[in-house]
Amino acid sequence: MALILSEEQKLLKDSATEFLAINAPVEQFRDLRDNNYKAFDESLWTKIVEMGWTALTIPEEFDGLEFGYVGLGQILEEMGKNITKAPLFSSIVLGATALTHSKNQGLKKEWLPQLMEGTKRVTLALDEHTYFDPTAIATTAKSTANGYTLSGKKTMIIDGASADAFIVVANTEEGEAALFMVAADSKGITITTDVLLDAGTYATVTFDQVAVASVDRISGVGEGSALLNDILNTASICLSAEMLGMITEAFGQTVAYLKEREQFGKRIGTYQALQHRAAIMFSEIELCKSIVIQALQALDSNADDIDQLASLAKAKLGKTIKLVTNEAMQMHGGIGVTDDVNIGFYFKRARVLQRLFGDYNFHLDRYARLNNY
Amino acid sequence: METTTKKDLKDFRLETRQWLEEHCPESMRTPLKDSADYYWGGSNPAFSSEDQKIWFEKNLEKKWIVPYWDTQYGGGGLSAEENNILTQEMTRIGARKPLFSFGISMLGPALHKFANEEQKMRFLPDITAGKTWWCQGYSEPNAGSDLAGLQTKAEDKGDHYSISGSKVWTSYADKSDWIFCLVRTDFDVPKHNGISFLLIDMKSEGVSTRPIKLISGKSPFCETFFDNVKVPKENLIGTLNDGWTIAKYLLTHERQMIGGVGETDVRKAVHDIAIENMPMQDGILKDGVLRAEIAELEMNDAIFEMTIQRITDEAKTGVNAGALSSFFKYYGTEQNVARMELLSAITGTDGLLWESENKDAVTEVRTFCRSKGNTIEGGTSEVQLGIISKRILNLPS
Repeated sequence: MALILSEEQKLLKDSATEFLAINAPVEQFRDLRDNNYKAFDESLWTKIVEMGWTALTIPEEFDGLEFGYVGLGQILEEMGKNITKAPLFSSIVLGATALTHSKNQGLKKEWLPQLMEGTKRVTLALDEHTYFDPTAIATTAKSTANGYTLSGKKTMIIDGASADAFIVVANTEEGEAALFMVAADSKGITITTDVLLDAGTYATVTFDQVAVASVDRISGVGEGSALLNDILNTASICLSAEMLGMITEAFGQTVAYLKEREQFGKRIGTYQALQHRAAIMFSEIELCKSIVIQALQALDSNADDIDQLASLAKAKLGKTIKLVTNEAMQMHGGIGVTDDVNIGFYFKRARVLQRLFGDYNFHLDRYARLNNY
Repeated sequence: METTTKKDLKDFRLETRQWLEEHCPESMRTPLKDSADYYWGGSNPAFSSEDQKIWFEKNLEKKWIVPYWDTQYGGGGLSAEENNILTQEMTRIGARKPLFSFGISMLGPALHKFANEEQKMRFLPDITAGKTWWCQGYSEPNAGSDLAGLQTKAEDKGDHYSISGSKVWTSYADKSDWIFCLVRTDFDVPKHNGISFLLIDMKSEGVSTRPIKLISGKSPFCETFFDNVKVPKENLIGTLNDGWTIAKYLLTHERQMIGGVGETDVRKAVHDIAIENMPMQDGILKDGVLRAEIAELEMNDAIFEMTIQRITDEAKTGVNAGALSSFFKYYGTEQNVARMELLSAITGTDGLLWESENKDAVTEVRTFCRSKGNTIEGGTSEVQLGIISKRILNLPS
């Protein structure tokens, strides 16, 4: 398949650019942050639903658009450029993906239309440790007469404070990881929050013998690890798309600054020390564009090498966003480290996205293992 | 123009597969190892094996030495789609190219774009027949990265030009029949505006060559000297003093070639060589630092290949990819140099063997030494970064 966008995908991307410039420019992020780290703007969410972005990856069977992840990736890329805050990643990339890959028809029928309409939101409760390790799950799901009781503690839950339900990864008594849909207002749940470097709010949720009905088990017997793997691949690739937007925007602002800022009587972009570093960044960004579109297309075509591509994407984008945001700070000089300009937003958010769902080292190691070394 | 249908292409693939199966000798389906494996053609053809000769002649007969050039120039007249299929089918069985030629990869595209019809008819058919071995006269002792500063002069003597000066890094000048050359035809204008593109017969009186030995111990490179060499005026390609336009065009082809664009990677994976040579522990390479370096290299290799495809796909939709050849050259050669450095490390002290009484001759160390030239020839990495910053990023100068 050609590594370019189709006409429809291009149109969607253009409409997102236009929409976000009006409804969610980077200044909105600053306002939300200064308004006690508000998670997102509710009216923006309503408009996003109206735009159809929440329906892009929902199967037609559930009245979705089934337009695909390449399309959703374009939206996320544009949101990355503007550091737009909205629960699209948590509820659709994580939540809806978990459900569409699941075989539990009842749950799909119940949740997918609501997620698409934006009336309900879910998010993934996976992490338990400081360092990303999706296999190290201590949360347990004990069988009961009509379901399970979940106990454990989950951290770094994206949009966890405002979600209607959590998709919780827990170990069953048979010793396999399984996924459960757990309403946020269930008895035994305690929610606390942390604000991170990117001014985002992340929840820690304690599950103290929370009762879950057997119909709310998302993954069937023996299917948990594969389903979780699907979600993590999708998350890594979609976060890479968002990082691509941040990278191109931070780089664009930096190159523009090199062309305008004068020192020693010359524009600083005339200095070779900076020119070559800019050209190196350009080259790395060319690679980033390629792996992102390749990996998004692979999600849509259910490609065999999706594990490799997801790790390639997350590792490459994670490494490049570090390079580009660091260089962006350095090349902006003193003004770059002030809160008056926006470039620092990219630097800070980059650190969070780099680490979510596995950092560079994690995915480098995974890629090597997938290739048997 | 005829339109090729999907069915036609399917048939073409089948016919091509059959033809290759029938005519490509087994030994021509093995990876290229040393210089004897490359056939360069020329007026004194030197085949290193009978199979090499058969393979060349079969392709010549089929007009597949340059399958995508027009038939009037001796090409095969294949469409881009057909040529793609042929390349794919050759790659599938690991078939070698029947002829290696700067006439095909570098001069040919320039002649197609800038030569008059008479010149095309005079030079292109001998390229497709493998009769002329061409070399390139660009760099000079004092014009390396600053190529446009070249000083080899061509004086107008009425009915001919008289050439004096010297060129350096002319690959195979000692074996070539002809040279395509950048010469200075005007000293009184800004340096880019006084250069012309000339074709010179290496048998002309006053031409001499001297081989250059590299740190790898050998090399195809030469110095080429011109001492009042007479060159007919009809050997000028394009407009007088507009040779820099041709030079730039040709350099984009050279850069893509050195950067490995369009070449399918048939080399053994670095990690496979590591697994064969290095200790493992719990199913992974024991040397964690080297393992990380290998993974990073292989990840970038994989994504670089996707990037070549993406930019090729974009170019088909009309996006101008001109200055991107600098990106390809820069990234591709930096990757190759990093790969050689890693292979050297992986093979430990074996990777240092220059000549040995104990083991089979090891060529890797020479290849490693040779690779250091990759980020220099065809414009250094720094020159490429400069082009990217000025022509793509539009940074001020």
